[in-house]
Amino acid sequence: MAAKTLYDKLWEQHLVREDEHGAGLLYIDRHLIHEVTSPQAFEGLRIAGRKLWRTETNLATPDHNVPTVDRHLGIADPVSRLQVETLAKNCADFSITEFDMSDARQGIVHVVGPEEGATLPGMTVVCGDSHTSTHGAFGALAFGIGTSEVEHVMATQCLIQKKSRSMLVHVDGKAGEGVTAKDIVLAIIGKMGTAGGTGYVIEFAGEAIRNLSMEGRMTLCNMTIEAGARAGIVAVDEKTLDYVKGRPFAPPENLWSQAVSAWSDLHSDEGAVFDKIIHLDATQIEPQVTWGTSPEMVVGIRDRLPEAGSYSDPVKENGAINAFKYMGLDQGVKVTDILLDKVFIGSCTNSRIEDLRAAAAVIKGRKKSPSVKLALVVPGSGLVKQQAEEEGLDKIFTAAGFEWREPGCSMCLAMNADRLQAGERCASTSNRNFEGRQGPGGRTHLVSPAMAAAAAIAGHFVDIREF
Amino acid sequence: MKAYTQHTGIVMPLDRANVDTDAIIPKQFLKSIKRSGFGPNLFDEWRYLDQGEPGMDNRKRPLNPDFVLNDARYQGASILLARENFGCGSSREHAPWALEDYGFHTIIASSFADIFYNNCFKNGILPIVLEEKIIENLFDLSAAEQALQLTIDLATQSIKGASILLDFEVEAHRKHNLMNGLDDIGLTLQCAEDIRQYEMRRKNAAPWLFRSV
Ligand code: SF4
Repeated sequence: MAAKTLYDKLWEQHLVREDEHGAGLLYIDRHLIHEVTSPQAFEGLRIAGRKLWRTETNLATPDHNVPTVDRHLGIADPVSRLQVETLAKNCADFSITEFDMSDARQGIVHVVGPEEGATLPGMTVVCGDSHTSTHGAFGALAFGIGTSEVEHVMATQCLIQKKSRSMLVHVDGKAGEGVTAKDIVLAIIGKMGTAGGTGYVIEFAGEAIRNLSMEGRMTLCNMTIEAGARAGIVAVDEKTLDYVKGRPFAPPENLWSQAVSAWSDLHSDEGAVFDKIIHLDATQIEPQVTWGTSPEMVVGIRDRLPEAGSYSDPVKENGAINAFKYMGLDQGVKVTDILLDKVFIGSCTNSRIEDLRAAAAVIKGRKKSPSVKLALVVPGSGLVKQQAEEEGLDKIFTAAGFEWREPGCSMCLAMNADRLQAGERCASTSNRNFEGRQGPGGRTHLVSPAMAAAAAIAGHFVDIREF
Repeated sequence: MKAYTQHTGIVMPLDRANVDTDAIIPKQFLKSIKRSGFGPNLFDEWRYLDQGEPGMDNRKRPLNPDFVLNDARYQGASILLARENFGCGSSREHAPWALEDYGFHTIIASSFADIFYNNCFKNGILPIVLEEKIIENLFDLSAAEQALQLTIDLATQSIKGASILLDFEVEAHRKHNLMNGLDDIGLTLQCAEDIRQYEMRRKNAAPWLFRSV
């Protein structure tokens, strides 16, 4: 039998049928739902008089619009409130399990899924959200879909898909001290470009990837979409099993060994052929900082920003000039000379317990720079928050002058009240630095949690390895 | 869904690479629970000089004269011309809803982001990928004093203009559904029996996927 990639295996295991045009009907095991991209899909079901194909595969939680302070007061913005209430009503009407704002399990949908064991190896996982790629960390095929497809999954448990091409990103060697999954993935995007993965499903492999914790692998797969890829995956190993075991939605004791033996095949076979292979040397990766308005505009902490004249491609040069202008930065300045107004630690990229621990370790016993107006820590879920509080991390943050908030997307995209003012500059652990992403006119630099924490203390970017 | 067969319209050139869905329709407008009415807020941050919020009377807002959407030449345009990686970022289908609501039925670019590309077809919009060189040429032509007019024919996969004749690729199943305005869900439900059989097989191999919690 021909050697298969992990993606081949996942694809074949979920293929219901192929039509005469070569489009596949792919079965979906898990559908995650949040309030922003689902209302029109539920409305579509109602209008057509359709039911859910399999209710129990759906799991919902509000995250984008929820306030991170004073939850008991409800949501002040009536439009946001209506959206969150609409989700609750839709879930009640269609009997979908929802972790609402008062539930300790509420949080960012991509943090909640894995935490509940609702994301399992070998699954297909979809959600009306591009960062669904996160769940690929479990050896699952996970990708974001639009609202029409949300409706399609709810009504049929399937999606019409064309198989993507396959890419292997091999990160060899050990990453240095202070170099995290975030730095690895930013370095990959810097190398490939934000469209470099378009049309591909990327499998990450190599020593540096195997060494990552499950949290780190989630960070890595989370940002695969920023390289334009359909999905990112990491093969299943002992770490995957250890993470999954015993979680509420995980296979129970009596099915566990059967599941483990099925999952043991979730890796690419020796000799499997990929359409494209990229190698990176982890020992050469430095802590990364984005400087522009696209995640590919990224440099190492010891570098200077590029000079516009250094681009060979006129479209890229134009993009860089626009970015310098928007970001209010001069060409060629040192990254460590960039001063910050705000710091945001959170988002589905970096709001898990390990991320909060890493940030807390940096700031313990120190104080936020007075020049930093706000340093915000927003845990990814209610359970992450609980755990952090049990470990006393919240105390470390507040003692340093950081704000400790309720879980949600928060300043990752500023749909709730947390946002940048025009012109403000932020070190953020989120995933997108697009114009206006964290508030109109706001300027975002993407970094790892430890780098964000250190920047909050220093008031400017610093090399975490020397901090 | 409305069928797309042939379409003639004016081309609006948006000369930027990596136009993301946050730029196409900013997040504050995503709070709507409806599918329609996004057109007036298409490219909101580039299009208006003030900051847009839901519920504003958009007709009274100051327009950015430097943004191409406000250029008199391109009023009524229904074909959008853009550069590489158009529609990257968030999966929001509000982006094609806004484009469609404004009146764009065709988008031409050198490449599209995956999810956006998919979403277009679900909303009767035809995204067309052309080579960089050809795109460059179309930008030149559409910058002329007289706006460029093109006719797109999906059946023959061709683009015609005064001095242009091009062809383009589109996957067969997408073309078929778009030309016939077919509803994907209805089509898939015709395969209900296949889905049920798949579930039976899968239940044996992976029973843990079929338990309710
Ligand atoms: S945290 Fe940010 S990127 Fe993640 S789901 Fe929420 S808004 Fe999207």
